[in-house]
Amino acid sequence: MSTREKVLWVVAGIVIVVYALLPVGWIVSLSLKSSSDIANGQFLPTEVSWENYSQILVGDAAELFLPALRNSFGIVLIATFISCVLSMFCAYAIARLDFRGKKLILSSALAVAIFPVISIVTPLFNLWRQIGLYDTWPGLIIPYLSLTLPISIWTLSAFFREIPWEMEQAAQVDGATTWQAFRKVIVPLAAPGVFTTAIIAFFIAWNDFAYGISLTSTGAARPVPAALGLFSGASQFESPNGPIAAAAVIVTIPVVVLVLLFQRRIVAGLTNGAVKG
Amino acid sequence: MSTTTTRTEETTEPVRPSGGTSDRARAEQRLGWLLAGPAFVVMLLVTAYPILQAAYYSLFDYRLTDPDKRSFVGLNNYLVILTDSVWWTSFGVTVFITVVTVAVELVLGFALALVMIKALKAIRPVLRAVILIPYAVITVVAAFAWQYAFSLDSGFVNSWFDWLPGVSADTDWFGGTFSSLFVICLAEIWKTTPFISLLLLAGLAQVPEVLQEAAKVDGASWWQRMSRVTIPNMKAAIMVAVLFRTLDAFRVFDSVFVMTAGANSTETVSFLAYRQTISRLEIGLGSAVSVMLFVSVVLICVLFIKGFKVDLSAQRGEN
Repeated sequence: MSTREKVLWVVAGIVIVVYALLPVGWIVSLSLKSSSDIANGQFLPTEVSWENYSQILVGDAAELFLPALRNSFGIVLIATFISCVLSMFCAYAIARLDFRGKKLILSSALAVAIFPVISIVTPLFNLWRQIGLYDTWPGLIIPYLSLTLPISIWTLSAFFREIPWEMEQAAQVDGATTWQAFRKVIVPLAAPGVFTTAIIAFFIAWNDFAYGISLTSTGAARPVPAALGLFSGASQFESPNGPIAAAAVIVTIPVVVLVLLFQRRIVAGLTNGAVKG
Repeated sequence: MSTTTTRTEETTEPVRPSGGTSDRARAEQRLGWLLAGPAFVVMLLVTAYPILQAAYYSLFDYRLTDPDKRSFVGLNNYLVILTDSVWWTSFGVTVFITVVTVAVELVLGFALALVMIKALKAIRPVLRAVILIPYAVITVVAAFAWQYAFSLDSGFVNSWFDWLPGVSADTDWFGGTFSSLFVICLAEIWKTTPFISLLLLAGLAQVPEVLQEAAKVDGASWWQRMSRVTIPNMKAAIMVAVLFRTLDAFRVFDSVFVMTAGANSTETVSFLAYRQTISRLEIGLGSAVSVMLFVSVVLICVLFIKGFKVDLSAQRGEN
């Protein structure tokens, strides 16, 4: 590659970095503006202020934001865990066993994945109110499974298909018991796939807004995105922009950390499930 | 003993070329459903049941503010919707957002994928990590970021771009339909282009290098190599990416809710369904809108699979 070409690709790379980080940088910058500085019309704050963070963490808005953060973590982690366990068994069966209905399961997973969330919200809203699940954790965990399960089944069965299952038999020939062979050989091979699937499922549930906003009414179960969408400021005379930006930054930190730590795996998981067999 | 009894029970089992179903195959069949069944059942319960319920409610005049007056009206709700300009406006807005975002994302995503595949080894991991960030950022957060960038009270866009014709310090982006839709589309494009570009990147990686080399030797220009070799060879990946994104874009809700809440005729079909049900408590009408949204998504899917011959199972290596 000539030097000129190299420079060209580096420039293109920089453009991509700016593209991806500009809005994130902007929301961080906005969260650091004091309320008198919000309207300065500039990208950067005139002076860095932690006012917005203190407002959502210890100030007036804390009672709205902190329970929402707890709800989000709790509900999303439980939904991710359940869908991982269920899809682990399912994907194992799809990858390893020969049974009729495999195709049916995979195509249903696809059908559920393309399902418009709002179509399910209307009947759930009514049903949850009747049976008392409205505004509770299970009331969100259950519909979140419709978001996380299909992608988990899909991604995980793609991962499991690539595991060299013969190694299990090889270990048994070498004298390992069935349990040892499974634990020492298969688990280490399968763990990265399960882990990646869990991250992707986490992202999807963490991102939910439609269920969160429709099936909750108080801080008892309302997750962060819904709380953000409905937050209108500590008082009606104050612009909510700063505190919302600060809260947005806080909920973005976990996903950015996950992305930076596991980018290679996440890419493999996303593309494996969708493009390769 | 047990062999003969179970064999008579399972008469539906197809006869295998190896001479009937073995015990082992049958056990495998059972184990397969035992393991895969729970996930399958849960998945159907949380989607099929609600949509059937919605289809049922959609036949009633049913308001939560007055639940006792529930009455069967047949297909009347659908008639009301289809003859109302509100539905057609929201449908048009949804189609507009879908077409614009998917078209732009396809081009942009392809460019991103090309840069990523050609980029120097040293910066490739950086690009891959960076490109995942928009994918991972919550849609609502992205919507707020873009809204505040353009808004009059906290934005910087107007002061950065005041040299453009039509943009000045007091341009109100959320004051009109098209300028609002422009910002909504921008936010959607920013957020979801990475997903498309990763799918396209995986497709690009599957195009054999030799084909490229051969075309190069034959004197094909860069453009010819792209349009005659690369793109035809990754058509399947492109179609899958477009299908997934189209279905996703058609459900657009979060950005609209955050940015305009449907003001200035920017309401989408999802938002209309939400507003009917959750804000106005019109379960009957809302359910009918939900069902129509569902039917639209199914139609798009059928159109793609039949019309463009997108074979998803071939993609999965099932065939």
